[in-house]
Amino acid sequence: MNIVGVVFAKEVRDNLRDRRTVLSTLLFGALLGPLIFAVIFNLMIEQQVSQAEAQLVLPIAGAEHAPNLIAYLRRAGVEITEAPAAAEELVAAREIDFALRIGPDYGTNWRAGDPAVVELIADTTRRQAATNLQRVRALLARYSQTVGAQRLQLRGIDPLLAQAVATRQVDVSTPQSRGAVLVGTLPFFLLMTVFTGGLYLAIDATSGEKERQSLEPLLINPVPRWQIMLGKVLAAALFSSTSLAIGLVAFHFAMQTIPAAAMGFQINLGWAVIAQCFLIAWPLTLIASCGQCILAAFARGFREAQAYASILTFVPMAPSLWLSLSPVKEQFWMTAVPLLSQVVLLNSTVRGDSVPLLWLATSWLGSLTLGLALCWVASGLYNRPGLVVSNPQ
Amino acid sequence: MISVHNLCKRFGTVQAVDGVTFSAADGEVTGLLGPNGAGKTTTLRMLYSLLPADSGQILVDGEELDADNHALRSRLGVVPDAKGLYPRLTARENITYFGRMQGLEKDFIAQRIEQLSSVLGMEDLLERRCDGFSQGQRVKVAIARALIHQPRNILLDEPSNGLDVMSNRALRQFILDRRAAGDCIVLSTHIMQEVAALCDRIVVIAAGRVITSGAPEEILAQSGESTLEDAFVTLVGAAAEGLMA
Repeated sequence: MNIVGVVFAKEVRDNLRDRRTVLSTLLFGALLGPLIFAVIFNLMIEQQVSQAEAQLVLPIAGAEHAPNLIAYLRRAGVEITEAPAAAEELVAAREIDFALRIGPDYGTNWRAGDPAVVELIADTTRRQAATNLQRVRALLARYSQTVGAQRLQLRGIDPLLAQAVATRQVDVSTPQSRGAVLVGTLPFFLLMTVFTGGLYLAIDATSGEKERQSLEPLLINPVPRWQIMLGKVLAAALFSSTSLAIGLVAFHFAMQTIPAAAMGFQINLGWAVIAQCFLIAWPLTLIASCGQCILAAFARGFREAQAYASILTFVPMAPSLWLSLSPVKEQFWMTAVPLLSQVVLLNSTVRGDSVPLLWLATSWLGSLTLGLALCWVASGLYNRPGLVVSNPQ
Repeated sequence: MISVHNLCKRFGTVQAVDGVTFSAADGEVTGLLGPNGAGKTTTLRMLYSLLPADSGQILVDGEELDADNHALRSRLGVVPDAKGLYPRLTARENITYFGRMQGLEKDFIAQRIEQLSSVLGMEDLLERRCDGFSQGQRVKVAIARALIHQPRNILLDEPSNGLDVMSNRALRQFILDRRAAGDCIVLSTHIMQEVAALCDRIVVIAAGRVITSGAPEEILAQSGESTLEDAFVTLVGAAAEGLMA
């Protein structure tokens, strides 16, 4: 086993000296996820908060037809501006988010007791206007209700009669589970980190070795070839684990920059949760490293290996994508499936649910079995002359 | 001492090595001479257990070689045609890595590196990273790492490829020194001057077979030519005609 250690130490030292490997995979690869995460969610939250608090500006066409409504809106703090009659064009051209149009027959209908029509012109596919549009709708509905209630009272009727059913919503989501929507992307980023962390080392140690013509001299040394390959796989797994750890620590700090409490979220990415996430995801580092070494060993050169291994990087996307497109309740059998089990368990962990020990054990057993099987396949590769000698002459 | 009996290797439909037999004695330089694609490299690759032979026998110091016999394999020192180094490691680290792979202790490796670097004239290279080394510098490091464990049987596959005159002279002197020390040296080449300057025995290989073997004078006498180059052309040509017939 001493040879495994010698190869392991050499690959780690050799690749740590490669600035590109260290920066691109260990650092950028691991930090990119948390960084995107922090920036996107800070922007989203900021936008929601600022819209909810900002001065509501409502362009109105035909304001002169409904002086009472205008006065009500002004009292509610809405700034009224003048809009042209053909407001659709302006909304379609995105010059204004929405507009209200009041027709000349508003007064006639009002006095007759018929519903007085106002038109709210908006593009409902524009998400950033959604909050303000909702505020305008709520104001109009409240005005309609207030005036309606007054009319009933004038006729001696209890306005409550007009309200046959009252819906009261009871929200059972907890601050943690509301936060989980936010951190639902975390498992995805973590799995990507696992798959990119050891990628360059795996390629450099296998097809890189072939390309720079050092594989043949290496294999001439009188040692079992599986020990050489095992040392390389373990070095890649170390880089992958390190990348995972850096990514998790970065997520811990990224989360602190997000004003979650202000939004009624509670996200716990404390050190205990971080440690648990590491435990859950760790067996994947072996699977990723072995898979990458196997693919890269078959490649004729560095570029070809990169192409193969990049395809492998998409593999962890599959279970996260499946779970986010068709959200199913996590079930026990899922914990036996490598990759899927990590996504399921990581999701539960960041949501603040407790993960049953049996589930964790099954996940480890399933993933380590696959990891060791791949390790065995990788170790046998250098016994195949076709992978060792590129030009059999 | 190395001897090879009836070695065969086939790649698909190509019989690359077809019953090669020769022996290389201690204190002699044995040259495998042949045109490109004659099967020299494949023969050597089977000798240093990179490729398994289809049939035949290889004896090292009288003992039958087998890829799993690591103790016997470490009696060989091999400088293959591929002389890739690790560009981010220094020359010393490259050599030490191979020493560790041979199971040597660090102190012993350091001592051997001192010896080899003074013999090969590479003291100034030791602490430099191998990125950007010239071909001559590469060959020196490749030889040092291959011989770190003091093997008495040395295999060199076209060692002078790409070397300039000065490096080539140094390499030849090194090989002659090892011969004087009683080592068994086998080298493959297609360069006549090298054969004339170094080899005690010549094994001429063409199309995977040994055409003839013997001391340079015997080869000349057999072919009736006055120079080795003419002898080589005559012998290989005759063998090719034989194959055609």
